[in-house]
Amino acid sequence: MVKQQKAIDRNNAVISIKGLKKAFGDLEVLRGVDLEVYQGENLVVLGRSGTGKSVLIKVISGLLLPDAGDVDVLGQSVEHLNTKELMALRLKVGFSFQNSALYDSMTVRQNLEFPLVRNSRSLRRKEINYEVENVLDAVGLSQTIEQMPSELSGGQRKRIGIARTLILRPEIMLYDEPTAGLDPITCIEINNLINEVQEKYKTTSIIITHDLTCAKETGDRIAMLLDGQFAIQGTFDEVFESKDERVQSFYNYNFTQ
Amino acid sequence: MDPNTENPNITPRKYVISRKLDSMFFGIYHAYQFVLRFFKEVFVPPYEFKEIIHQCYEVGYKSLPLISLTGFITGVVFTNQSRPSLANFGATSWLPSLISIAIIRALAPLVTALIAAGKVGSNMGAELGSMKVTEQIDAMEVSATNPFKYLVVSRILATTFMIPILVMYTACVALLGAFLSVHSNEQTSFSMFFSQVFDTISFLDIFSTTFKSTVFGFTIGVVGCYHGYNSSKGTEGVGRAANSAVVAAMFLIFVEEIIIVQIVNAFR
Repeated sequence: MVKQQKAIDRNNAVISIKGLKKAFGDLEVLRGVDLEVYQGENLVVLGRSGTGKSVLIKVISGLLLPDAGDVDVLGQSVEHLNTKELMALRLKVGFSFQNSALYDSMTVRQNLEFPLVRNSRSLRRKEINYEVENVLDAVGLSQTIEQMPSELSGGQRKRIGIARTLILRPEIMLYDEPTAGLDPITCIEINNLINEVQEKYKTTSIIITHDLTCAKETGDRIAMLLDGQFAIQGTFDEVFESKDERVQSFYNYNFTQ
Repeated sequence: MDPNTENPNITPRKYVISRKLDSMFFGIYHAYQFVLRFFKEVFVPPYEFKEIIHQCYEVGYKSLPLISLTGFITGVVFTNQSRPSLANFGATSWLPSLISIAIIRALAPLVTALIAAGKVGSNMGAELGSMKVTEQIDAMEVSATNPFKYLVVSRILATTFMIPILVMYTACVALLGAFLSVHSNEQTSFSMFFSQVFDTISFLDIFSTTFKSTVFGFTIGVVGCYHGYNSSKGTEGVGRAANSAVVAAMFLIFVEEIIIVQIVNAFR
């Protein structure tokens, strides 16, 4: 099912990137990336493995520093923030990791409580429990509350990872390969969850993927990262109507697989 | 990765001396930065009291069975090995004095520190290493938590506080083992044995042992956390972090032992 197009205010960019460059040793991953993400949209960043998709969102969240270029998130230049300002910004930017990154020595409840307890120290036990149960309910996994991450399936881990991010009520959600390594049914469930999160929490999202079904179902706009730069941006149909051979081969490979 | 620190796994591309020497000096510089960051963060609130207590429990209480057994065996074996030499001179009555000096000044701190380096240091290296490669440390960072303070500072403080306590405990257990060995051969009473032990040891012995074990504890914590926190290259990196944590901590413990003994001897 292709996502219904919604009206996006193109004057209200919450993330603005200009001339972003990032290299690791001799390997130049991002070579002057320009991107704007608007309030309330789901932007899907497509590209082959190793093209720097994850690096891009790690720079946005301040986990990596850019070598060159400007990265503005919610009106703040990420590379110029001090530690305290970066911490404050991170409360507004949620990050869902490819492998969920759940704390494996903690139960699901403790995983969800962790960011909340550490950032809202005045909260009472009753309020914490309410918030935890609320986000678990939102991802449909209330029954797993006392389980350890090792007892969960891949899809459940992804959902708990998303719930842990949502508990801080972020304005921006960054999803790193949300459907990687999951079966087709679970992929559909995760895609639906991403759309539900966007509707319920009114978030702006960047979804990093190489899964075209995920891109089609969740993306309001698609940006294709090729050779360290965005080769093409637009709706799903606009992108794949492109005559660019690299875009066509990506499309053909995905759907013939 | 934390934006405030450089990645220790990326060495400069153009070498000043040679690849190995450059990476060695780069590693030393990065370890120095790591220690400096610890001192910067340890005094700044919020303080992680709950996590420090949890780590003290992990380091201290959970090491007790191993430390007890090792300490007891050390006391018994050292006494049994020393007796024949002293017996040749008819000086077995000096056994409690000899044993107390050896245990308090050298054996208890060294044995405890080496056991802790193996048990606690490798555990820290592997645990933090595995958290690093599975992005759990990054996950803490993006949820606006300072992972260095939560994971590293609390662990280093725990080893710095707990190793001196474990050393004192080891000394007591080793002396008990030594007493049983002496008692079974010489029929020395408990009060006579321990009055000779306490007559022999001085304030300087207790002070130097406490100081030494505090330095050993700090070293074990720093080395274990440094290798774990900076591990890379997947599961292979986790194994390497655990291994390096033990080897480097043991090496540094011996180096520190030599230096501290020389300094203390200058005051004797």
